[in-house]
Amino acid sequence: MSETPHLSPSEIIDLYKAAFGTGILDAKITERGEGVHKIKGYNIWIRLDKNLLKPAIKKLMDIRFPHFAVIAGSDLGDEIELLYILSVFYGTKFGEYMVTFGIRLPKTDLTVPTITDLIPGALLSEREKQEFFGITVTDIPDGRRLFLPDDFPQGVYPWRKDETGIKPEMVRELWAIGRPKDRPAPPVPEKKPVPEEPGIKEDKKPSGGAAE
Amino acid sequence: MSGDTTKKSIPYTVPIGPVHPALKEPVMFTFQMDGEVVRSVDFAPGNTHRGIEWMGMRRNPVQIVHLTDRICGICGVVHSISFARAVEQIAEIEVPPRADYIRTIMHELERIQSHLLWAGVAAHELGFDSLFYLAWRVREQSMDLIENLTGNRVNYGIIQIGGVRRDISDDQRPLIEQGLSYYRGLLDQMKNVFLNDSTIRMRCRDHGVLTYRDAQLLCAIGPTARGSGVSMDVRHDYPYCAYGDLDVRPVLPPAEFGGPKGDVYDRIIVRLLEIAQSIDIIQQCLDNLPAGEILWEKKLPKLLFTLKKAQGEAIGRVEAPRGECMHYVRMDGNEAPATWKVKASSYSNLMSWIPMLRGEQLADIPIIVASIDPCMSCTDRVTIIRNGSADNLTKEELTRLSREKTRRLSRC
Repeated sequence: MSETPHLSPSEIIDLYKAAFGTGILDAKITERGEGVHKIKGYNIWIRLDKNLLKPAIKKLMDIRFPHFAVIAGSDLGDEIELLYILSVFYGTKFGEYMVTFGIRLPKTDLTVPTITDLIPGALLSEREKQEFFGITVTDIPDGRRLFLPDDFPQGVYPWRKDETGIKPEMVRELWAIGRPKDRPAPPVPEKKPVPEEPGIKEDKKPSGGAAE
Repeated sequence: MSGDTTKKSIPYTVPIGPVHPALKEPVMFTFQMDGEVVRSVDFAPGNTHRGIEWMGMRRNPVQIVHLTDRICGICGVVHSISFARAVEQIAEIEVPPRADYIRTIMHELERIQSHLLWAGVAAHELGFDSLFYLAWRVREQSMDLIENLTGNRVNYGIIQIGGVRRDISDDQRPLIEQGLSYYRGLLDQMKNVFLNDSTIRMRCRDHGVLTYRDAQLLCAIGPTARGSGVSMDVRHDYPYCAYGDLDVRPVLPPAEFGGPKGDVYDRIIVRLLEIAQSIDIIQQCLDNLPAGEILWEKKLPKLLFTLKKAQGEAIGRVEAPRGECMHYVRMDGNEAPATWKVKASSYSNLMSWIPMLRGEQLADIPIIVASIDPCMSCTDRVTIIRNGSADNLTKEELTRLSREKTRRLSRC
């Protein structure tokens, strides 16, 4: 693999803009410095056309072989956004950048090509996105479920925010279940619930909990 | 395999797990065995998937910080720092330098205890139980130190968005110094027992090899990747917390031990040398600990109000004891984040098992599996299906196989 010299974040974005033109929908650089000297670490965010995903990753591999971290995803309503998070130039003192490619899949066509032919280590992440978002990764070498158990209902995708997401009846509030009935009594009797003060209004009650 | 287990045919299918001899977390393995030799491996994680990201997307960031403490049973601080760093970037919160240094000290203390825990587990897998007890006894010092600094031994609860919740007082400094000198005095002894022991070398050298190229392609990270010679360490590559001010170099297997071969032995070397490195980093942090506040905002309602307004996305990443730990967070002006994705270090390292285990023997499985991940071992049972009849192997039997091999080798 040809190795190009170390580039600055803006040079990487310029390379992508030159190669893909209008296919790059948005590109930005964020930076963050911590500690006393506030030496900056850089993140590069590139939103692009879905068809350009694989060429974009291939281009990054031509610059320097990247480390693939994970695919993150977000349900935006009509679309699902996938973020391919990689990093490039590892091994360089404070010279590594995170590079994130964002693509949007309309819910009418939730397919995305696999990148495992380029980076085989992406397989687990692709399998995870299939089961958690209900997308289809075309040509995936192994399409089985990864984390969800076999008896998990089909057609329910935990990270979706529409009707295919987790339904309220699937949620068990652990605090509401209480102590199992088939156990011996605890050595110390359980505390009785404190009666509610009449002064607390309905909307001032503590909020939170998974079912909300 | 053909699926027909009634015939006596190679390869045999050997399922191991989900509760496993070499891992704290349950993982189901299916081995295709040709006699004693592993032909191919398949694994199915997910038995401890608790839907933490789903829970997080229904809670506010301050609540999530305490949830992140509980993602891992060993790494009590790396997930919290990753998540806090992501949220701090979105809300443009400036962390006081003193808090960055305290985070770094906690981070490295955790690395010491995690690596020592792993060293003990590795010794136990090899049947070297006196070393296992020694390593875990030595580990107690770092656990006590962590307890003294945070109030807790496992779920530290020290990280808050915008800083840390507890300061290091002047009274605690001598305690840390004392702990560091304790480990400095022990390091040579630890290196001697682990690296100069001929049995350990025989069991670990050239076993579980992960080549440089495979480590890259399968996205391995942390000591697993460094053991294969991949120079990759977030602390060196990508400044965060106090690491921008420090001189941290990725620890690679030194040439005096035969250079990076990517085997189990190299991963032991890397972890042992990293303990020395962590001691050095903590010392540097103590010497240069800046004065000042430890929190960006003490008042929780004010912090929550700021977080509720925050919009944007960010990545927080740190070098956990097992490699890069990364959190992606997106906030859209609501109380709870719109998206939260956790990438723990083992998530990236699991795929490395496939090339590591291929061609190895059944008795080598525990140490190779444990070599990427410093988790406590607890097995339930192993089922070997031969000629249609299933024999149950207990944890003790699989460990016995591993130990017998050690004895066999040491007799040679």
